[in-house]
Amino acid sequence: MAFSRTFMQLRPIIVALGRHKVATMLIVLQVALTLAVASNALFIVATRIVHLSRPTGTDEAHLFVIRNTWKSGQTATQVDADIRTDLDALRHVPGVRDVFSSEAYPLEGGGGLLVGLKLQADQTTRPRLAITYFADDHAIDTFGISLVAGRNFRPDEIAAIGPYDKLAPPVVIITRSLADKLFHDGRALGKTVYLPAGPTTIIGIVADLEGPYAGSTTRSIDEDNILVPARYVDPDGGNVYLVRTNSTAMKPVIGAAMDVLSKRPGVRLIDPEQGVVTLSEARERGYATDRSVALLMGILSGLLLLATAGGIVGLSSFWVSQRRRQIGVRRSLGATMGDILRYFHLENFLIVSGGIVLGALLAYLANIGLMNIYELPQMPFYVPLLGALLLWLLGQVAVWGPARHAARVPPVVAIRAG
Amino acid sequence: MWGYYVALALRSSARSKALTALVIVLLAFGVAACMVSYAVFRATNSDPLPARSSRLFMPQIDNFGPSPYGDEPPPTLSYTDAVALWQARKAGRQTLVYPTTWGVASNRRWLPAMSMDGDAVTADFFTMFDVPFQFGLGWTANDDARHASVAVISQRLNNKLFGGKNSVGHEIQLDGKAFRVTGVLGSWNPRPRFYDVGALGRLSAFDDAGDIYVPFARAIDMKKSAKYDLCPSYSRDLGISDWNRYLHSECAWIDAWVQLSTPGDVQRYREFLRNYAEEQQRLGRFSWPPNVRLRNLMDWMTHLHVTPRVSTLSMLVSASFLLIVLVNVVGLMLARFMRRAPEIGVRRALGASRAAIYRQLLTEGAAIGFVGGVVGVALTLFGVWGAGELFEPKIARMVHADASLTAWTVLLAMAATVVSALYPTWRAARTPPAWQIKIND
Repeated sequence: MAFSRTFMQLRPIIVALGRHKVATMLIVLQVALTLAVASNALFIVATRIVHLSRPTGTDEAHLFVIRNTWKSGQTATQVDADIRTDLDALRHVPGVRDVFSSEAYPLEGGGGLLVGLKLQADQTTRPRLAITYFADDHAIDTFGISLVAGRNFRPDEIAAIGPYDKLAPPVVIITRSLADKLFHDGRALGKTVYLPAGPTTIIGIVADLEGPYAGSTTRSIDEDNILVPARYVDPDGGNVYLVRTNSTAMKPVIGAAMDVLSKRPGVRLIDPEQGVVTLSEARERGYATDRSVALLMGILSGLLLLATAGGIVGLSSFWVSQRRRQIGVRRSLGATMGDILRYFHLENFLIVSGGIVLGALLAYLANIGLMNIYELPQMPFYVPLLGALLLWLLGQVAVWGPARHAARVPPVVAIRAG
Repeated sequence: MWGYYVALALRSSARSKALTALVIVLLAFGVAACMVSYAVFRATNSDPLPARSSRLFMPQIDNFGPSPYGDEPPPTLSYTDAVALWQARKAGRQTLVYPTTWGVASNRRWLPAMSMDGDAVTADFFTMFDVPFQFGLGWTANDDARHASVAVISQRLNNKLFGGKNSVGHEIQLDGKAFRVTGVLGSWNPRPRFYDVGALGRLSAFDDAGDIYVPFARAIDMKKSAKYDLCPSYSRDLGISDWNRYLHSECAWIDAWVQLSTPGDVQRYREFLRNYAEEQQRLGRFSWPPNVRLRNLMDWMTHLHVTPRVSTLSMLVSASFLLIVLVNVVGLMLARFMRRAPEIGVRRALGASRAAIYRQLLTEGAAIGFVGGVVGVALTLFGVWGAGELFEPKIARMVHADASLTAWTVLLAMAATVVSALYPTWRAARTPPAWQIKIND
């Protein structure tokens, strides 16, 4: 009943809107622009939030990293011995679960070595790019990742490697993501792949693990990593120690670890401010840009929707005040308060719908433009649809006040205003 | 007369308080969003060397060869090419730059050894980039030729090592070797950090300048490599088995800069680059035709996209926000002026010309815009103050409000309102005098 009564009003509403072409057009335009901008902005927010909440696959809550630079003048042999002494000392620090030495760590923002992997030695097609982590038999436990197939490294497989040495380990462990990209049949284990300097055998496959580049730049190879059984020995540079703790209270463990390392003076430099990074700090730093974009776009979208709601309230109140006499006449001819309310809600629904049709088109065009400038993915159709629902709702809420005001106009106004 | 119009505007605003407040709040937010974004955009798009940037050029030589990713040469030069360009001395001034890290020890026992960033550069670096000195000066071309152990340090490092005193002539230990300080920089932190952003990458464009500057040749002697490099292939064994092979490999990691004063000089240098690449092709080093670039500083910054995307994106969305606010304000001003049709009708009947109505209503628009602008300034200041929460720290630090930002905020708000009031005013000014009097009789 109420439904048919509502739709009986369609014709008079359209006629009335025809009399206020400009004001109607202004709301339509405003709704359209709001939909176009807000759906794109909220889509950016959503993509950024998805991006910045990617897990690294590691036990982030219990991991910290020490960036260690060697004091110059040491030979490679000395540095290699230093690393082994350090690892042994760090593994005996109370509260430390496990430690290994590498050249990079997840969310670092750089530092990993890129290598191209080939399936045949004489392959002419483009090799599959992957990122290396130098690792040892403690790496899997330290990261807190799980071995899904094959075996871990054995201690005797870990060799020292310098910056100018050929990267040609006999065995490697790779991530599941890389394994699936290299071998579509899912049988990577035991296969031979070719690193730039020679062949190697895949002896293990680990579940998800993100590379050191993961952060605010999007790369398709963030999950494609190789664990190379090697201690990175660079007397002119340094290494990183990844440390997994037993409890999330890392401060005392970090302090104890630094004490142990500083027991042998003249060996190393560790930056007092930036030398130790917890993975949660690395996450915060790595995704700072994404967080900033998401926050900004979120705030601007919120303001935008509020502004549009404000505009609808303002113009609707004006309309109601202009039509007091007309409403009075309708009331005295038998229209109920509900009829008047429905009239304004339906009118708003029609205007917003007009805006949504135009806005969806603009949103789509804006998305194409943004895709060209910002490498944004194509917006799925449900994003503007959700935006449209939001705007319909917003319109109905915004018009509620003025409509109620209108419904309260007493029938007697019709006579008085004569 | 204008005072009277403003008084009328005030009186009418008092009659429709809610509508007026709505317009003011909308304007204030729209303008403030734009101005905060603009403050960030301005900071991230600035020219680090306004007086010189048009004369500073960055040569690029393609030593990688054709690639499926496009024909842009690498952003940095290989050691071979960098040194060849530097030794050719075909430009008025030239410098080689690469970022590197040093272990700094001091003779102050309580100060632990530190790892600090800096650049290996040649003598012209300081004059070309107009680097200010607090004490002393940069080193000479002769020091470059002698591979001298000299260094220029930042004010920050001088404060740490020497307590801020003049340290020229003193020695510091870099990677365990003694270097004589020839100069201490004044406060110098160019944004973007243009001089080695090619080697560091665009994500480091707004990092702080380094603390240690050492002659290029000396740093090479000490086997100091750049933080990052680009090599021609990640899937082929490049045969780099020691420092010397690395140095003479095709891996690229050095930024070169040349100063060229006239268009003729630029043309000649471009030809020189082409000839050089052609010669390398003849010698068999390149198996591809010359592919060189010579961009000036600001073109180079544009090419590298150093402006953070968040700053252009927020500018774009804020501008759209202001546009939506304007459409909104047009509607609200229309409502405001139409509601006053009777008053306008009376004024017209009493002899006010259409022009007078225009003046009155546009003054009213400007007055509302002014108030919106003032509120907008407050919001802008709040936004700039809170930039640290919205933007990354290193970007937020550069954002500041000043008199011009304040003035622009108010002007933008006033201009925006006057523009939005144009159509409503035109509609209102068409109100015929007689008709209104008849209706309201």
